[in-house]
Amino acid sequence: MNSVISMAYLFSAVMFILSLGGLSTHETARRGNYYGMVGMAIAIIATVAGITSGAYLPVGIAMGVGAVIGIHLARKVEMTAMPQLVALLHSFVGLAAVLIGWGGYLDPRINLEGAAHIVHNTEIYIGVFIGAITLTGSIVAFGKLQGLISGKPLMLPARHWLNLIALVICLVLGAQFIPADVSNATIINLLVMTGIALLLGIHLIAAIGGADMPVVISMLNSYSGWAAAATGFMLSNDLLIVIGALVGSSGAILSYIMCRGMNRSFISVILGGFGSDGAVASADGEEEGEAVATTHDELADDLKNASSIVIVPGFGMAVAHAQQAVSDLTDKLRKAGKTVRFGIHPVAGRLPGHMNVLLAEANVPYDIVLEMEEINDDFPETDLVLVIGANDTVNPDAVEKPGSPIAGMPVLEVWKAGKVVVLKRSMASGYAGVSNPLFFKDNSRMLFGDAKESLQSVLGKMNPA
Amino acid sequence: MIIAIPKETAPGEARVAASPASVKRLQSLGFDVVIEQGAGEAASFPDAEYEQAGAKLCANAAECLSQAGIVLKVQQPNEAELDLIPSGATLIAFLKPAQNEALLKKLAEKNINALAVESIPRISRAQKMDALSSMANIAGYRAVIEAAHEFGRFFTGQITAAGKIPPAKVLVIGAGVAGLSAIGTAKSMGAIVRAFDTRPEVREQVESMGAEFLTVEIEEDGAGTGGYAKQMSKEFIDAEMALFREQAKEVDIVITTALIPGKPAPKLWLADMVETMADGSVVVDLAAEMGGNCDFTQADQKVVKSGVTILGYTNLASRAATQSSTLYATNLCHLLTDMTPEKNGEIDINFEDEAIRGATVVKEGEITWPPPAPKISAAPQQKKPEPQIQVEPKPEKKSSPLSLVAFWAVAGLLLLALGKFAPADFVAHFTVFVLSIFIGWQVIWNVSHALHTPLMSVTNAISGIVIIGALLQVGATGSFVVTVMAFIAVLFASINIFGGFFVTHRMLKMFRR
Repeated sequence: MNSVISMAYLFSAVMFILSLGGLSTHETARRGNYYGMVGMAIAIIATVAGITSGAYLPVGIAMGVGAVIGIHLARKVEMTAMPQLVALLHSFVGLAAVLIGWGGYLDPRINLEGAAHIVHNTEIYIGVFIGAITLTGSIVAFGKLQGLISGKPLMLPARHWLNLIALVICLVLGAQFIPADVSNATIINLLVMTGIALLLGIHLIAAIGGADMPVVISMLNSYSGWAAAATGFMLSNDLLIVIGALVGSSGAILSYIMCRGMNRSFISVILGGFGSDGAVASADGEEEGEAVATTHDELADDLKNASSIVIVPGFGMAVAHAQQAVSDLTDKLRKAGKTVRFGIHPVAGRLPGHMNVLLAEANVPYDIVLEMEEINDDFPETDLVLVIGANDTVNPDAVEKPGSPIAGMPVLEVWKAGKVVVLKRSMASGYAGVSNPLFFKDNSRMLFGDAKESLQSVLGKMNPA
Repeated sequence: MIIAIPKETAPGEARVAASPASVKRLQSLGFDVVIEQGAGEAASFPDAEYEQAGAKLCANAAECLSQAGIVLKVQQPNEAELDLIPSGATLIAFLKPAQNEALLKKLAEKNINALAVESIPRISRAQKMDALSSMANIAGYRAVIEAAHEFGRFFTGQITAAGKIPPAKVLVIGAGVAGLSAIGTAKSMGAIVRAFDTRPEVREQVESMGAEFLTVEIEEDGAGTGGYAKQMSKEFIDAEMALFREQAKEVDIVITTALIPGKPAPKLWLADMVETMADGSVVVDLAAEMGGNCDFTQADQKVVKSGVTILGYTNLASRAATQSSTLYATNLCHLLTDMTPEKNGEIDINFEDEAIRGATVVKEGEITWPPPAPKISAAPQQKKPEPQIQVEPKPEKKSSPLSLVAFWAVAGLLLLALGKFAPADFVAHFTVFVLSIFIGWQVIWNVSHALHTPLMSVTNAISGIVIIGALLQVGATGSFVVTVMAFIAVLFASINIFGGFFVTHRMLKMFRR
């Protein structure tokens, strides 16, 4: 029987690998998701088949309730709120990992000796530690994204030292805990460590600013994977180890891609607070120009006259829920025979690929939604660029001013186009807190106001009256 | 306050100081607008459109001007018009203050405030109201059109069944706004374009328009204050003339735009150059009003000398009246926007504002021209030492073969050490673990950027696989605490699994080609 279960696990592991592989292209993505579901179903069935029949009822209840809640969440969530949902789901994995770790520790059936005992305790300890950080860290990330907590980085004095002290305490407690047998004294060690790890999770993520959330979420994604892998080691379950490793490396790669998109090192993001890498902001000699405002009518005219248009959306589009208006506009322009394309910066939005999902929700065909590298060379031949709620990702300082805090960050070079119209609520600077000389360029115009309302008004004006 | 827009009276003037669109904008600043009947006719703006925009029509200039608080015009007013403007009103137009002292005096006597749009300083903030540039832009365009009209050949080169057509060669002298506009127009018509200017800093602009920049071998910077050129030394001019004589043998069309503020236009295209040019060539002299850059130029006339047509039209902007009126009207709107900060229809001639101060030539009965020199030159500030920004090249992180060897040696040793102490069971799991990371690494890099959000939600769902751990614990351990914890873990992990897969499905369904 045991070998049968192992084979079932192997099969479901293959399914999961195919699932992730399927996501490489749009055509196979849905199939990939089905692979994942099949893999999960087989794994659960195989596991349930192996447990005592007395447990069927509680398992059924727990899974039933979980399924109802999960599907309800998934059905209700707005696409603009995807980052929050993902963060929240990460915290659940963290919670499960903590609970399972504790369960493994308190399991009276386990009687290991010598090295096996030490390895087992180490696995529990690490699993609970990562799980706890994932749990509270994800909840804080959720709070920041949902707007429940301020998006500003929390800067406690000597925060790096606090983190370090917490880590050292955990190590010391671990050194006592790991070789010891199950007893009341060492339970306290595990308990205290769990508490510290929970606090550490809060503090780590609270110190990271709202703009770095894409990195944070993919990092937490990675953590949740490692937590699952640690659980797998503890239970000697290869399937958990495989999946944990897959998810862990997936999250790590995504974090890496995000960091590269912002030209920042992973460490500087993790340590929190923008500008902590010692970049010199050239505040003096700041050449403030005058931004020229435009009107809905003028923008409508500009759109009518342009033949090649690129739309650059940013987080502001998500905030204003303007994706449908953007899509309607795109439709109209494309029907008028104009070339309309989208340029997406890797860190636009608060989740990797966030903009793509929003545009897809609004029925924008995915083959006109291009990545930064694909579209950057085309700007000089573009008549009009509409920047909708993006700021730092189109800042020319990143290329032109070596002293700028965002110098070296790859940006969409929209200013090379014939004309740029920036839809924005105000002249406020973006998350990086640097002013954007794009607004003062001769070929750029500002259209202030709510992006959704503005676009709808422009759409109305483009109709032949 | 009422803004009055009379019909232009100067002969040949087709422009008008307001467009229907600008009338709307003026009203949004709190002004009422009256316009003389037929004022926009020559610029193809019918009276009905003005009325529709909210302007009141007046039968004649007298009715229009008598109620004015502000008068917007293109050309300076003549005697009759001047008498009609009520005292205390404000006049905005091209007033040529340098040549028009008598007019300024009269305006001061009548207590009419006057703003000369050509005196708006050329600072970046005031670009939006720089009517001179707007007009120069049109003049440059129109100069090429007029030249093309007189020129008997194509601009662009072609190879046709009826033979090869050589492209026309165009020389533009003076690469200011008009010059650059002319370069762009000629280039877009397919001509080979060359340009000359005494200011070396315009080379880039000229080249960006697609023209070849001609220079002389003498180091002298022709940039004066306010973005204009200054008069050059004799050696320089000699070298320049030699260059032009060379060019005269080749070029078909010459467009001259050289002006020095407050001085007659420099003579640059001399009689012998005209004679060198091939028959059928065309010279367009945009400096005709200031005496002309060409020896034969006569203002407002077409002259033919030794087979070369020399055009001295002074008001080229008026020949594209619809376009120039639109731009001029918009420039005035911007100026008035800055003058009515409260948007209440009351203007404030604020001398603290550099742009308004520069434009104002008469205020409250006093002549305020010439204004103090503008603080900033539009030319690049070359004298200022560039702030040296130290760009420290980040040391390239190249993995030298040695460090690579060291890394793997250490990794290998660590693995060996682990193998010495760890139980066999652990080693097997660890193998699976490490290999899985590599699989994950390979698979994930292939995921397209657009699918990163679905990737996260699907990895989220499958990390719910920890449910297996909880399943194994539920009811199996005999410990009540563990059972409860495992129950909760199953519940939350299920939320993940179902929620994650379902939301991924929802997202992927949306992607369509």
